[in-house]
Amino acid sequence: MSIPPDDTDITTAGTSSAATRLLGTLAVVGVAWLVAFGLLFSPADRDQRESVRIMYVHVPSAWLAYLAFIVTAGASALYLFRAAHSLVWDRLAGASAEVGVVFMGITLLTGMLWGRLSWGVFWTWDARLTTTAFLFVTYVGYLAVRRLGGTHQQRARRSAAVALLGVLEIPLVHFSVRLWRNLHQESTVARPDGDVKMDGLMLFSLVVGLVAFTLLYVWLVIHRQRALVLEDAAEDHGLEQALSDRRAEAALPGGR
Amino acid sequence: MAPDHSVAGAIPPWRLAWLIALKDLRIEARSRVVVYQVLPFAVIVMVMFGFALDDDGIAQRVAPGLIWLATLFSLLVVVQRSFAVEAADGALDALRVAGVDAVSIFLGKALAMAAQLVVLELVLFVTAVVLYGPRVRPGGLALLVVTWVLATIGLALVGTLYGGLTAGFTGRETLLPLLVLPVVAPVLIGATRAVESALGTTGAAVSEGWPWIGLLTVFAGAFGVGGSLAFGPLIDE
Repeated sequence: MSIPPDDTDITTAGTSSAATRLLGTLAVVGVAWLVAFGLLFSPADRDQRESVRIMYVHVPSAWLAYLAFIVTAGASALYLFRAAHSLVWDRLAGASAEVGVVFMGITLLTGMLWGRLSWGVFWTWDARLTTTAFLFVTYVGYLAVRRLGGTHQQRARRSAAVALLGVLEIPLVHFSVRLWRNLHQESTVARPDGDVKMDGLMLFSLVVGLVAFTLLYVWLVIHRQRALVLEDAAEDHGLEQALSDRRAEAALPGGR
Repeated sequence: MAPDHSVAGAIPPWRLAWLIALKDLRIEARSRVVVYQVLPFAVIVMVMFGFALDDDGIAQRVAPGLIWLATLFSLLVVVQRSFAVEAADGALDALRVAGVDAVSIFLGKALAMAAQLVVLELVLFVTAVVLYGPRVRPGGLALLVVTWVLATIGLALVGTLYGGLTAGFTGRETLLPLLVLPVVAPVLIGATRAVESALGTTGAAVSEGWPWIGLLTVFAGAFGVGGSLAFGPLIDE
């Protein structure tokens, strides 16, 4: 990924470049393919019938969200443990978390719709489901922490620490929910992804979905990351502007 | 931190933590905010649970969960209070400028918070016994006390950690629950199940409660270490 300098000229800069335009085109084409294969070319499932098509959105969204949160954690660690404390890593972490939260929301929503159709209920207290919900809430909180204010470096340090605490929290939640279910009550719902033999075209549609969503992820994160650079620059610019306005005011006769 | 020659630098960190804990408890002893405001709040929550679960059988069966839920709600208030004291007059910054290590502040404030939570939980437990009527069996007493101590340590550590993060910011009242509640979910699960076993409210044997002690220990240990590492970056300005 290209690393934009911190002193980007906000008056002329955009978030687009030749490379991201190509990437964006590929992502859009990939999504179009996914729609074609997911809705038209792939067959309905013998047991799940048409509802199986939710999987082509659900699984790639989940993959994308997990990828995004891993990137956020990694970038946060790089920010915190490298001597340079480069804001590039901070913005990558922030951009990735934003995209991750959106797609985790899509994962939960599609999962619940599928669950209603296949299991008859929107929700079960399965460890994986519950952990996913906690991940979602945790990263919503992470995004809120990013908006607490202060300088860019303060924001970066705080949010990096919160992101890494999330890495500590999530396994504990997962483990405790699993222990709770195992000791408390037998899981009554069949695992959604047992040893299901998948039709060739279905598998292909799923792979198309994974590739398309990965491209989409990279594309979105690059743009969000660049937009964050501009946001930071605009904030600095606004501060400088306010300072110089105040100075000019004070220099006037009668000013204090 | 670079070696400093300030007054605080000459005092060992554990002693500083102890002094900070004493300071917090002295503030509480003089202001009585937890005693006069948080305790009544916690008790009224227990009464409200009674209204909501208008059936003797239900309230008795879920009493352990209600105790810990009321504890979590009260924890949020106690954390707000603990850091409102520090945010006023920039006391937290003053401590840092005086050369007090972030770890000492973290552990000291967590210790004071744990002391207050222990009292709060005891009151909640007695309230639950009085209002909902679960029976305490002698065999479960050891489990009860161990759960009580370990869960409190975990809650105090997490509360202090995120309380320090949100201290002094506008909107902290709303952000704190969002950050703290998901994190303490393992404590709610573990402590509730352990107390259920200790009291036998769901028919579980006492021995079934002990595996949860492992979870509570891991939780307290993880946030003791993780919190000590993260607290500095979280409060440093």
